[in-house]
Amino acid sequence: MTKISDIVSRVTTQASSARAEVEAALERAQTAEEYHALLSLTAERALQRADQIDAQITAGEKVGKLAGVPFVVKDNYLAFGAPTTAASKMLENFNAPLQATVVEKLEAEGAICIGKSNLDAFAHGGSTENSAFGVTKNAFDQSKVAGGSSGGSAVVTALDIVPFALGSDTGGSIRQPASFNGVFGIKPTYGMSSRYGVVAMASSTDVMGCFATSADDISLVMSIMAGRDDKDMTTLPDYFAPTSDVSSGLKIGIVKETMNEDVDEDVRVATNSYIEKLRAAGHTVTEASMPLAPLALAMYYIIVPAEVSSNLARYDGVRFGRRAEGAMTLAELYGRSRDEGFVTENKRRIMIGSYVLSSGFFDAYYQQAQKARTLLINEFNDLFKEYDFLLSPTAPTAAFGIGENTSDPVKMYLADVMTVPASLAGIPAISVPAGFNDHHLPIGVQIMGPMKSDAALIALAASIGEQ
Amino acid sequence: MSTITTEDVRHLAQLSSLQLSDEEAQNLQTDLENILTYIDQLGTLDTTGVEPTYQVTGLENVWRDDVVQASDISRDTLLALAPDATENAVKVPKVL
Repeated sequence: MTKISDIVSRVTTQASSARAEVEAALERAQTAEEYHALLSLTAERALQRADQIDAQITAGEKVGKLAGVPFVVKDNYLAFGAPTTAASKMLENFNAPLQATVVEKLEAEGAICIGKSNLDAFAHGGSTENSAFGVTKNAFDQSKVAGGSSGGSAVVTALDIVPFALGSDTGGSIRQPASFNGVFGIKPTYGMSSRYGVVAMASSTDVMGCFATSADDISLVMSIMAGRDDKDMTTLPDYFAPTSDVSSGLKIGIVKETMNEDVDEDVRVATNSYIEKLRAAGHTVTEASMPLAPLALAMYYIIVPAEVSSNLARYDGVRFGRRAEGAMTLAELYGRSRDEGFVTENKRRIMIGSYVLSSGFFDAYYQQAQKARTLLINEFNDLFKEYDFLLSPTAPTAAFGIGENTSDPVKMYLADVMTVPASLAGIPAISVPAGFNDHHLPIGVQIMGPMKSDAALIALAASIGEQ
Repeated sequence: MSTITTEDVRHLAQLSSLQLSDEEAQNLQTDLENILTYIDQLGTLDTTGVEPTYQVTGLENVWRDDVVQASDISRDTLLALAPDATENAVKVPKVL
C-alpha cells in the first residue's frame, strides 16, 4: 500500500513528479471502474495543479506537506473540477461556486483532488446502495456492499487508487465502510474539523474525517484538516497535536453490550484477536458496561431525521439544484422538485423528521431523545473516569450482500448500531482493520476515546499495527 | 406497534413539501410504521429531571463583528446556478 510520505518524497526529490503521480492515480481509477467507487474524475484541474507544483519544485520553491499527493473527496464535499452531486438527482448538475474549507486546506499543502466518490444520496444510508447513480462494490468481493455512506471513498483507499480519501461521518458513515473494506477511518471529535462547504445532513453530529491505509497517514491528514474556521462557528481551536507516544499500560474497556449473540461470530473472533494484541502490547482490557448503548440507535433515528428534515428544506428547486418542469404554482414546484430530486431513503428520513418534530409528538420523541442523549453522554463520562479508551466491533457483521437489506429500512439501520453512540456524544472514534473472516472479508474494530483525545487514539491504533 | 394511516402519510408529505406518487406513499406508510415502532422503544426510558443535550461541546451563540465582508463569488455565478433567472432575479411560478 502506498504511503503519503512515499509519494511526497518521490515528488519533492524529482524521482517522480506530481503529474506522473496524478496520471498514475487517474489510470488506476479508470482500471477499477467496475467497482463504481467514483462518480467523476477531475482530471483536467488535477493535471493543471500537478504542473504548478512540479514547476514550484523545479524552481526550488517551498512546497507543502502533501506536495503531489492525489486524493479523492466524497461527492458531498464542494470541490471544483466536477459537479458536487451528493449522489442525488437534486444536485446532479450542481457546480459548486466555492470549495469546502478542508479541501482548500489540503490543496494549500499541495494535495491534488483527482475525483469524487460515490455515497448514499445525501449521505443517508449504510451501504452506498441509496446512490441515485448506482451501487459501489466492496473492494474485496464485488457481490458485497461497500458500506456507507462514504462507500466510494473507502473503496478507492482499499484499492490503493489514492493514499487517502475524505468522508463525512454522521452516525458511522466513515467507520463502517472502513471496516467493510479493511482500511483505517476516523470520525474526529465534533468540531475538530470544519464542515463549511460540505452538504449538511445532521448538524449536531456531522464531522469531517478521512480514510487511509495506515494510522500515521490518518494523523497527517487530520493535522491539516483540524482547526477553527470562521465559516463554521462550531469548530474548536486547533488542539490536534500528532504524536507517536502511547502511554504504557493503558486501561481499555470492551463494551460488553456490543459483543452479544446479535453480533456475528466472525466479528467477535476478530475483536477478541485485537484484544489479545492490545494485551500483548501491555495494555489492560476488561469488560465495560454501557447499558444505554442498545438504545442509542433509537435516539439516533429520532434526532438525525429531525435535523435532516430541517437541513434538506433548502432543496426547493428555486435558487439551485433540480427544478421540476411545468409546475404551475410555487407549492407544486417545491413538491415535485423534491419528489424527483430525492431518493426514497431521503424521503423516509425527512418524513420521520417532520413526524418527531410535529406538535403533539415533539416532547414524546425529539425531546425524549435529547434527554436520553444526556444520559448516554453521562455513561461515557463515567466510563472514561475508569478507562482510557473503549473498544467495540465497528459493525455487527462483515460486508453484507448487495440487495440483502434494501427491502427493510430498520434492518439496514442496525448496521449503525455500534457507531452511533460516539456520534451522539461527539467523541472521537477510529475504525481499525482487525483481520478477515473465512470468506476473506475484512472486519474492523472501533476504538473510542474521550473528547479531544484524537491524537492519542490514532497513536494507539498505529502502535498495534495494520493487521 | 405504531400505526400510520394513509392520511398521516399525506399530512407528513405536505409538511415535508413532497408530492408523492400513490405507490410511493403506500410503500412509505409501511416503512414509517416500522421505523416508528423501532424508535418507540425509547419511550420506556425514564428521563425525569434530565436536561436535553442539543450541542455536545457546550457552545452557545458564537458571534462575529457585524461588518460586511467581501465575497469573491459574483452575483452572476450564483444566478447561473438557478434553474430560471432573469434580470438579477430568480424566477418562480405565480405564488398567488
